[in-house]
Amino acid sequence: MAMANIKDLVVGGRIIKPGSSENFATGDWRSYVPVVDQDKCIDCYTCWIYCPDNSIVFRDDKMSGIKMSHCKGCGICARVCPKGAITMKEE
Amino acid sequence: MSHDIAINGDNAVALAWKQIDPDVCAAYPITPQTIIVEKFAEYVANGEVTTEFVCVESEHSALTLCTSSCSAGARTFTATASQGLAYMWEMLPITAAMRTPLIMAVANRAVSGPININNDHGDAMSGRDTGWLQLFSENVQEAYDNSIIAPRIAEHHDVQLPCMVNLDGFILTHAIERMTMVDTNDVKAFVGEYKPLYPLLDTKHPVSHGNMDGPDFYYPHKVQSVIAMEKALEVAEEVFAEFAKLTGREYHLVDQYRCEDADYVAVILGSSYGTMKETVDQLRDEGIKVGCCMPHVYRPWPEEALAKILAGKKAVAVFDKHLSIGAYGPMFPEVVTAATINGDMPKMYNVIYGLGGADATVAGFKKMMEAVASGDAKRITYLGVKI
Repeated sequence: MAMANIKDLVVGGRIIKPGSSENFATGDWRSYVPVVDQDKCIDCYTCWIYCPDNSIVFRDDKMSGIKMSHCKGCGICARVCPKGAITMKEE
Repeated sequence: MSHDIAINGDNAVALAWKQIDPDVCAAYPITPQTIIVEKFAEYVANGEVTTEFVCVESEHSALTLCTSSCSAGARTFTATASQGLAYMWEMLPITAAMRTPLIMAVANRAVSGPININNDHGDAMSGRDTGWLQLFSENVQEAYDNSIIAPRIAEHHDVQLPCMVNLDGFILTHAIERMTMVDTNDVKAFVGEYKPLYPLLDTKHPVSHGNMDGPDFYYPHKVQSVIAMEKALEVAEEVFAEFAKLTGREYHLVDQYRCEDADYVAVILGSSYGTMKETVDQLRDEGIKVGCCMPHVYRPWPEEALAKILAGKKAVAVFDKHLSIGAYGPMFPEVVTAATINGDMPKMYNVIYGLGGADATVAGFKKMMEAVASGDAKRITYLGVKI
């Protein structure tokens, strides 16, 4: 962990560039990883709605996978999936 | 044009803020601060100020709201004392770390227990490590002047720190004194417009305040506040000089009285500085070369200015109106540390006095300083307490 240089800090830790949380990879301390069974998935968006880290990726209304850079492995997607298409595996 | 009026300390603070006309005020009443907020609420009700006055249910909410409104870009003020400040405590370091330069009058009162409503500095001292600027006032005039000076130091873009304006409970808050008012136009011109840095309400430039820091940012942000405090020493001196030009009233980082040729110096805060000046005069008449000084700016701690005053003295007595139980008065170790800059140390004494409103008299101070001069004083004296 590199100590920040005071010269680079905005006063009071204010973040003046919006959307910077994308640069903060919250997926680096995960212990469980969601695994998707595409045969069971019905592209219902339920996991997309519930994911607290915007990690579920949809393309053309199709669930196309999970972005692991921000997935903390919390398992909410697996819990809410109405078809049991997501399971949590130890990483 | 300025003129003299008779006014108590609380009303004087309210008057200063009426003249400044801040954007937001949120406060909760507590003795002996209540008059400030009552009077200010009256100004709001009468339409004499344009301030948004928010009635909150507690001091914790008061400071939370004030920190938020200041973040949003509003010039904000509040006032509290004792238990109220204690209830705010959780927010104190947050307000400072968010670098929101709001102003808070603190009508210094003992912190319970035992339950006590009288004056000492226990409340302010419990907030001294939280990153707030702290100014102390000797009399009603200074409480008023500090209220006008504070926003200029706090809001300076190199400082950006909240500021407590301390005035002794009852002794100053409720006692009517003669005071010279500054003309309202002069106050407004002196204080100027509040120009917030990265305010939340600047919707064209989205910004996020009060973010979480890991260790790699938390610690550097603390040091960043240290740099702001160091800058505040310079800014305070500039603002004091400008204020002296406007009013003729001179303030310094450390105000001093007859210290130049003194052998013995008393360091003291708040209204007791006036009592000590009278003591100094009486001791001088007896041929004992005593002087006294008061750190007008307590945070940032004016180490160098104080060291200069204490250089070459035979003995220094630090009078503390608070006690770190099991150690010393809070100012004592700080004065001792400042004195080490000079190399040769004077004899250092700590005098605890006036806790919970115990009498602080010329007679008591005189006896104490005589003991300091003769070398008979104990390292720590609990003035007036029979042990």
